[in-house]
Amino acid sequence: MAVRDMVGDLDAGSARQPDSTAVLEVEDLTVGFPTDDGLVHAVRGVSYRLRPGEVLGIVGESGSGKSVTSLAVLGLLPKTARITGSVRFRGVELLGLRDKEMSRVRGKGISMIFQDPMTSLNPVYRIGHQLAETVQIHNPSVSGKAAWARAVELLELVGIPNARDRASNYPHEFSGGMRQRVVIAIAMANQPDVIIADEPTTALDVTVQAQILETIKTAQHETEAAIVLITHDLGVVAGMADRVLVMYAGRPVEIGSVDDIYYRPRMPYTIGLLGSLPRLEIGERQRLTPIHGSPPSLLNLPPGCPFSPRCPMREPICDEAEPPLIEVDGVAHVSACHFAKDLAAKDVRAEEVFAVTGTELEDPAAQELARLGTSGGSLGPPQGEDSADAPVETSVSGPAGTAQVGRLPNPVGDPAAEVTTEPTDPGSTR
Amino acid sequence: MLVFIVRRLLISIPVLIASSVLVFLMVSASGDPLAPLRANPNVSQSAIDARRHSLNLDKPLPQRFAIWGANLVQGDFGDDLNGRDVRQQLFARLGVTVRLVLVSQILALVLAVAAGVLAAVRQYTFSDYVVTFTGFLFISTPLFWFAGVLKEWAAIRLNNGLDSLFHTERRYIYTVGDKTPDFEGSFWGRISDYAGHMVLPTLAIAAVTYAAWSRFQRASMLEVLSSDYMRLARAKGLPWRRVLIRHGLRTALIPLTTVVAINVGLIIGGAVITERVFNWHGLGDLIVTAANNRDVNVMLGWLMLSAVAIIVANLVADILYAYLDPRIRRT
Amino acid sequence: MVTASDERLVTPERPTQMGTGPEREFTVKARTQTQLVLRRFFAHKLAVGSLVVFVVLLVLSLLGQRFWKYKYGVPDTNSLSQPPSGEHPLGTGDLGEDGLAQLLRGAQRSMQISLLVMVMQTATATLVGAVAGYFRGWVDAVLMRLVDLLLTLPGLALLIVLASRIQAGWIGVAFVIAFLGWAPDSRVVRGVFLSLREKEYVEAARALGARDRRIIVRHLLPNSLGVIIVNATLALATAILAEAALSYLGFGVQAPETSLGKLISDAQGAVDTRPWLFYFPGVVIILIALTVNFIGDGLRDAFDPTQTRVRA
Repeated sequence: MAVRDMVGDLDAGSARQPDSTAVLEVEDLTVGFPTDDGLVHAVRGVSYRLRPGEVLGIVGESGSGKSVTSLAVLGLLPKTARITGSVRFRGVELLGLRDKEMSRVRGKGISMIFQDPMTSLNPVYRIGHQLAETVQIHNPSVSGKAAWARAVELLELVGIPNARDRASNYPHEFSGGMRQRVVIAIAMANQPDVIIADEPTTALDVTVQAQILETIKTAQHETEAAIVLITHDLGVVAGMADRVLVMYAGRPVEIGSVDDIYYRPRMPYTIGLLGSLPRLEIGERQRLTPIHGSPPSLLNLPPGCPFSPRCPMREPICDEAEPPLIEVDGVAHVSACHFAKDLAAKDVRAEEVFAVTGTELEDPAAQELARLGTSGGSLGPPQGEDSADAPVETSVSGPAGTAQVGRLPNPVGDPAAEVTTEPTDPGSTR
Repeated sequence: MLVFIVRRLLISIPVLIASSVLVFLMVSASGDPLAPLRANPNVSQSAIDARRHSLNLDKPLPQRFAIWGANLVQGDFGDDLNGRDVRQQLFARLGVTVRLVLVSQILALVLAVAAGVLAAVRQYTFSDYVVTFTGFLFISTPLFWFAGVLKEWAAIRLNNGLDSLFHTERRYIYTVGDKTPDFEGSFWGRISDYAGHMVLPTLAIAAVTYAAWSRFQRASMLEVLSSDYMRLARAKGLPWRRVLIRHGLRTALIPLTTVVAINVGLIIGGAVITERVFNWHGLGDLIVTAANNRDVNVMLGWLMLSAVAIIVANLVADILYAYLDPRIRRT
Repeated sequence: MVTASDERLVTPERPTQMGTGPEREFTVKARTQTQLVLRRFFAHKLAVGSLVVFVVLLVLSLLGQRFWKYKYGVPDTNSLSQPPSGEHPLGTGDLGEDGLAQLLRGAQRSMQISLLVMVMQTATATLVGAVAGYFRGWVDAVLMRLVDLLLTLPGLALLIVLASRIQAGWIGVAFVIAFLGWAPDSRVVRGVFLSLREKEYVEAARALGARDRRIIVRHLLPNSLGVIIVNATLALATAILAEAALSYLGFGVQAPETSLGKLISDAQGAVDTRPWLFYFPGVVIILIALTVNFIGDGLRDAFDPTQTRVRA
């Protein structure tokens, strides 16, 4: 079911030629997992290019394949996984490398930040040791003392207070947020060219999330690495990414710059995602517009667009042919929808697209509002609103993948207002 | 850490005392030590009364306990029914049993760790099935029966086979006793004599112990293999073998260490059946005989020695666990 | 919420405006917990096979004697120590007793004892573990100290000591084995209860006014059933071996009764002269213990399949 896609690229020119300026090139990556029930097509043709220093946000719900893609890049999938395609790091093909060679790339060329800080660190070794270990494995000539010193230095960089003493602590003596900082420190230890952050804030309290994102930015500054930021939280992506890749059912359905995705979405799924964000700058109560249904089974994907059962714009062609990624706004913005051009013509809002059939909204008042389209939630630049009162970023924690609050980039205001810092309590543990 | 150790030590003392009470009660309740005498028509009533007095059976239970306890603390285990010093017997046989059990357990440990790791790393492959199946098999096999099979096939037939092949009179694998009595020979001859006697019993115990531990190690290893910190270790750039040993095995061994430590505590009674089957005169053999003869002092002494060993082993296990796993060092 | 009765089709809602297309329903059958467990268990071919074999062994040992022409303990001077033949499939013993009859009788005794041990041991362990884990506090402390105490005593040795006294026949033997075996299991049950009692549904039940006993019986026990059942199977397996060991040493079943362990003990000296008397009882013990262990393993996987085949 792999679809030959065109890769969105900032340059004009054929996407097939290896781009010598790209630090990471993923081309037509597919991953399948054999199970008792059949082959699960977790990833079905992902392609992207990452330039030095660039931040790419990969957005999708659970099961979309975003994490598997990154694990495939680093060769961390189980041996039973069937991987095809190409992953090139600085021009060198990574797929098919033996573990010994791949180990040289991991942690030095490409490093990774994992989702759950509570389980990512080995409980029986000290923090400093785990940091020093990564330094020494890539620099065998470095002495133990020097490695430890570097570990302390890294801890300071990521904002651990009392780094010298804390380095001798064990992971269980750190809080979740601090552990994640340690993980980030490990990721940046050897000045990698690419850092893949796989849902780095998902397992953390919302108050800590902002700090971790800050820390990742620090890591970026220090290492000048390109970052792949994987998340289901559009708000997280807004503050950090240069480009966004939206994934659904194992493949990208829309790729573009941050502005493209947020202001000019051209795929119903993206529109739906944006529409399910509650917006706080609107004073009135507003019903969220969810996307009904669930993602399809990756075991037996029927032909056609995988989103069509949930898509309000569904037409017969959607069930026959899976739409390829086609350009909508120039080469840099592509979308996989048969009706992308139609979406480009109007300036659509989520409620309009998804509530057009009117079955989901029971509250007549809400229906009225939706019809009138005045409840705000406009995806375009706010008209006449006082953007000086840019709302402070807050969060509503909810089930992953649905109502996560994000602060949309307001072209007038500063998209990255931060919250207060976490009260530091070095001795606190969870 | 020190506080931890001291605390554990202090708790051990009342446990030991409580154990001794329980042991005493159970042994006292377990039968009348005078029964064999009573059943014997040749023994006069006065002899029975004399024996009764010497065993303090004419005194009330709490007093008996106090007397026994006081003696015990001073190291006096009393005499057995034949008048021999119990303590001396216990410690003489201790060496025999410890030798057997220790070697078996070391062998079992090495094999179990290797097998457990192999099975976990190659889960669902042929190696895994073999390891798992042999584990299950040996766990389900009665030790005395297995020992009997070993005696027949690995000793008698083997010896006969070697005899006919090499035409020697020597036996290589022995089935009776821990050594040849009145052995005359060189130092190396003696060693090989010991070894020849040890092979079968050691194999028997090791097989059964290996079975339990390898299953355990496999499960522990599997759990560790799927953990996030293994993945992070690989993502750091550590080669697979290093990840497996430094991060995987190190953590996976922790539960097994405590199991092994506790098992060492059972060393006293760890070879009861094996000693019977192979006629070794160790502690296991002693308790069976004592129970048959209702030899109260021997049973009491034996059980207390065992209780001490178990308590000490548990203490060591706790300390070891705290040393290996920093997460539990708080209390 | 899933109901306990029949299956329902769960379909995703779709917008009414829809063209006719290929069937995209994501059909999922709703099943009860029990059905899920059973389904997973029966997927384990080894466990299912073992279950079949075990049931056969159980039936044979408990009822087999009725259907066999030769009876236990009946001597026949015409066929002393005969190897297996058509007439006597398992040969005969010293006094001409039929080997199969001996084996059936021994198996019956061993099975009876082991089943009784399983019931007693599991019941005690569950009761103690549940009470300790649920009520915590001093109740827990006292009970666990008792358990610890029992654990400081060496199993086999104590079995020997106690069994030499108890003259209550095979029930006594079962009692002794169960008495020394329940302690470790209770720890496990306690652990499960300790963690379960923190769950939200317990808190909810309490908030709704449910009393302790109801909470334990209606909520916690069903959820710990997996652990309890697995423990029970392991208890059965250990019991069979423990009884055999005891009888072998002479402390278990006494003459004129017999058990599998005693049969082996009696045949010790005859391993090479009359091997049929020695090997068959051992093989039967192995079969019983092995099948029970496999069943227990299958049950453990069925109740808690945390290890999936493919790790994503």
